[in-house]
Amino acid sequence: MYHYTDFDDAFLKERNAQFRAQVERRIDGSLTEDEFKPLRLMNGLYLQLHAYMLRVAIPYGTLNSRQMDTLAMIADKWDKGYGHFTTRQNIQYNWPELRDVPDMLDALAAVNMHAIQTSGNTIRNVTADHFAGAAADEVADPRPVAELIRQWSTDHPEFQFLPRKFKVAVTGAKADRAVIKAHDIGLRIVKRDAEIGYEVVIGGGLGRTPMIGKVLYDFVSSEDLLPTLEAIVSVYNLLGRRDNKYKARIKITVHENGIEDIRARVDARYALIRDQFTGVDQQMLARIEADFAQPSFRKADVTPFHNTYQHDPLFRSWADTNLAAHRNPDYAIVSISLKAHGKTPGDATSRQMRLMAQIAKRYGHDELRISHEQNVILPHVHKGDLPSVYYALKAEGLGTANIGLISDIIACPGMDYCALATARSIPIAQEIATRFDELKLEHEVGPLKIKISGCINACGHHHVGHIGILGLDRAGVENYQITLGGDGTEDAAIGERAGPGFSAEEIIPAVERIVLAYLDLRNDPAEEFLQTFRRLGLAPFKAALYPEAPAQKVRENAA
Amino acid sequence: MPKPFTPKVITANALLEGDVIYLADNGWTRQLAQAEVFTDEAHADLRMIEAAAQTGEVVGVYLADVTLEGSTPVPTHFREDFRARGPSNYAHGKQEQF
Repeated sequence: MYHYTDFDDAFLKERNAQFRAQVERRIDGSLTEDEFKPLRLMNGLYLQLHAYMLRVAIPYGTLNSRQMDTLAMIADKWDKGYGHFTTRQNIQYNWPELRDVPDMLDALAAVNMHAIQTSGNTIRNVTADHFAGAAADEVADPRPVAELIRQWSTDHPEFQFLPRKFKVAVTGAKADRAVIKAHDIGLRIVKRDAEIGYEVVIGGGLGRTPMIGKVLYDFVSSEDLLPTLEAIVSVYNLLGRRDNKYKARIKITVHENGIEDIRARVDARYALIRDQFTGVDQQMLARIEADFAQPSFRKADVTPFHNTYQHDPLFRSWADTNLAAHRNPDYAIVSISLKAHGKTPGDATSRQMRLMAQIAKRYGHDELRISHEQNVILPHVHKGDLPSVYYALKAEGLGTANIGLISDIIACPGMDYCALATARSIPIAQEIATRFDELKLEHEVGPLKIKISGCINACGHHHVGHIGILGLDRAGVENYQITLGGDGTEDAAIGERAGPGFSAEEIIPAVERIVLAYLDLRNDPAEEFLQTFRRLGLAPFKAALYPEAPAQKVRENAA
Repeated sequence: MPKPFTPKVITANALLEGDVIYLADNGWTRQLAQAEVFTDEAHADLRMIEAAAQTGEVVGVYLADVTLEGSTPVPTHFREDFRARGPSNYAHGKQEQF
């Protein structure tokens, strides 16, 4: 874990005091809403459909138990006893009152947390692989460099008023668990000979114009990374379109100018600014890396794991689904599902948060992660402790064995909370999960990612869902469009639109038809949904989706 | 030909709590059923000016379409229906009070 310095502490205290005064001035009428709105957004405070929403940064999704306990305390004291974990590895509180927010921010600062740059046209919370520091396939832990980028970007004077928001993701492994190709900048740690460096991908993004990022550089050395990032964002700041909000993201800048032109501009900017980076950032990185030293793993008996695995089928199902390979063979990475069937994806009650904190402290080297898939990760659990961890989780509704399965759905808050949404997402996710739980097909279907957005902004990543669902408003009625074949991994792909949308009542049977078609179409149970889709294409799934429609009609409607 | 004026209510969010609120005869209410319904455009415009001026109490004032069931206003769009009732995933919004 990164430990705040005196500078960090003082910075947050000053920033919170400043915001407290701004809130007071808004309440006493000294500030108008027009004047106050940009100030509250700079501190993560939105006004949503039913209430204010405070978005708290969880940089690169890393937490310790004290921080998780504080999130629980905040949920109880100033909200409705729960929090919502998001695809940006943040937590959102849906019901704070305006006058309480400064106290909430002070409580966060006491455990080295904040809400800075979780909103606004600036570099947002840096995200990373949720298995960072633990995954067996990792080249290097991406969190130190993510922390370096956080420090570099926080209150960076040049980058507070970019053309649009700007998102950076980092992975340290070949398997992309951070969706780096759908970010403004995606970084992948790579090794060339013995040297660690970065592949730099830019111009990815979802929203109304989904695009897969392009490789700007295939290897940037550690010393050159920050100057390169600075050059990229500077070029975007100058070139990015401010005349049209919908064309303002860097993906459009790259698309309109071409990657070669952008590379030439970044090279030129880099040459101008390189000397300003004197190597201090590398000293800082070394200090940060020391903070992320691996925990001291213990040697202990793993027999309890094997015994329980043999004798308890529920534990076996959970272990098969929710555990991932740790670099230490005596350990496992545990994914705690926040997707119990019928519940709101990503929500955790304060009791659940406290339990996860206790388990992390007792069994998990005091580390927790939030995944972009809205689950919680215990990155280092000794296999001998897994039965105890599982039974404790299960008792609090956290033992659902569905990671990577059909009910492990990403769903944005949608119109149940979000002022921008055009339809609801959560009830659709709840119904799909419940339907497939009732059908008892979930494990037979195997790995399948459903992602749901309640508007074109695509916070639910529907474009990269194997089955993507986009909620829209069609003449005052909720309507849901399906895309198929999306992929958020290292083989990233944007899903293809299947055809006309479905009403809220029709969408669950439609998803069921796709899944049943897959079960019929797959070569064998080892062929996953995405493999079947890539082998056969859209046509057979479309035929299943629109059994009544003549092919020509489907084509016309989809146009 | 100008579009006929259909019944509307004035709605906003409360500054301190963020709650969805509606303009009533004598101030703001959290219940749509108690909202003042406007069937006359000029009157609605006048009340909008008054409501929007209350910047120390409310945020984001606008007119929302309703229909009347008897004398009770009912939202015509599902977005306003959720604003009136609260989120549909938990009974922890306004629906707790109904």
